[in-house]
Amino acid sequence: MHAPIVSTTRVPIGSDADLAWVRQQVRQSAADLGFNLVQQTKLVTAASELARNALVHGGGGHMEMTVLAEGAHHGLRLSFVDAGPGIGDVDLAMTDGWTTGNGLGMGLSGAKRLVREFALDSRPGEGTTVTITDWVSGLPAPRTGAP
Amino acid sequence: MAEHDTAPDTAKELGAFLERRREQIGQRWADAALFRTVFTVSRDEAVEAGKAVVDALADVARSGRLEDVDAPGFGTVRDQLGRMAAARARAGYTPVQIAGEVADLREPVTALLQTELQDADDVWVHACAQALAVLTATLRLVIMETTVSAGEELIERQRQQLLEVATPVINLWDGVVAVPLIGTLDSARSQVVMESLLEAIVDQRAAYAILDITGVPTVDSLVAQHLMKTVAAARLMGAECIVSGIRPAIAQTIVHLGIDLGSIITRARLADALAYALTQQGIVVSPRPATGASQR
Ligand SMILES: Nc1ncnc2c1ncn2[C@@H]1O[C@H](COP(=O)(O)OP(=O)(O)OP(=O)(O)O)[C@@H](O)[C@H]1O
Ligand SMILES: [Mg+2]
Repeated sequence: MHAPIVSTTRVPIGSDADLAWVRQQVRQSAADLGFNLVQQTKLVTAASELARNALVHGGGGHMEMTVLAEGAHHGLRLSFVDAGPGIGDVDLAMTDGWTTGNGLGMGLSGAKRLVREFALDSRPGEGTTVTITDWVSGLPAPRTGAP
Repeated sequence: MAEHDTAPDTAKELGAFLERRREQIGQRWADAALFRTVFTVSRDEAVEAGKAVVDALADVARSGRLEDVDAPGFGTVRDQLGRMAAARARAGYTPVQIAGEVADLREPVTALLQTELQDADDVWVHACAQALAVLTATLRLVIMETTVSAGEELIERQRQQLLEVATPVINLWDGVVAVPLIGTLDSARSQVVMESLLEAIVDQRAAYAILDITGVPTVDSLVAQHLMKTVAAARLMGAECIVSGIRPAIAQTIVHLGIDLGSIITRARLADALAYALTQQGIVVSPRPATGASQR
């Protein structure tokens, strides 16, 4: 967790259109860092879930995207921050299928399964911050012969 | 901003001046790009448009509300200004450039003002020119406002158009309809998809409906939920739904997310989904058409 920070970007989460922008930004950064297609898709999907939670349950907020570097190893850390009502019972919220809205209740628990590191910090009445981190796995495939 | 009961003298003077010189100002403005390129039918038309704006400005000046974009005087020309700004925007000019053109309208008026007030004392002339500058700045704001709201309207209109355009329902075969989904499947889009699909099922008496998600970049829990709802609704209409175009990376992601699409018939490609639907209807699909096969 002491990896040096390479760069940080802040993306607002205030509307459905912002969610699309969040996904695009995450996909672009993940691709630039060399995440493979499956990893990219997982990361983007997790980001979509958490950004939507911040919008729907937290009343909006922002995503902070940080590029990490540990030696030659690159990672992407995404924090979803809102100042909404917070989550009363975190264990319950993390349960598959549990929802206070009319979703599937799979967003939070599913996002956790999609990434390497997952941290949830929520204070009732103050807001919620969910941070996920993933690292480019394995050796980057040599891109010889790429068009 | 406080309401002025009595307009300051300079503002009144400016109003009177604009009224007196409306013909000359209209003539000069007719040659400015803002009027010339918008009112193209005849020069007279451009002059008339110019005079209408002069009248409005004179009105605003007389009311003393030089800095007020909501001054009633602007009311009569707001539509016209909006059309002018929109025409310039369509011609590729940015709001900043359009604002620049509006600001340029001041110069010929200042020149006229200085000729007319040649003998007046300097302080007075300066005050009048100052009032004119303020008035032009306000006019610029009024036009900027119409440009921005025109832009927002345009975006909203395009969004609505996209909702309709992006969801064609294709009749692939007798009794088989398909929707190729493309892009973000937010709640509004999926509502439109569901409606047009159900409509097509009824119209075409379709027994099979194929949802192809090759063009959907992300399938999260909300998109999955929309898919499941659409499948369930199609079933209620008596049609069986097949989801095709789930790419390998998306399949893996859906599994990790924990979403169970087990109750939905899925096929890798649209072609496979069609083959399935045809086979179910008793139509034989063979990889190579045998010679003499019946034509359908
Ligand atoms: N940022 C947040 N602020 C407040 N409550 C939240 C937040 N994120 C999640 N929750 C609570 O946790 C519950 C579970 O979240 P989860 O994302 O798993 O399901 P969901 O959002 O209800 O449905 P979906 O499957 O569509 O995501 C939510 O219903 C909500 O009550
Ligand atoms: Mg959710």
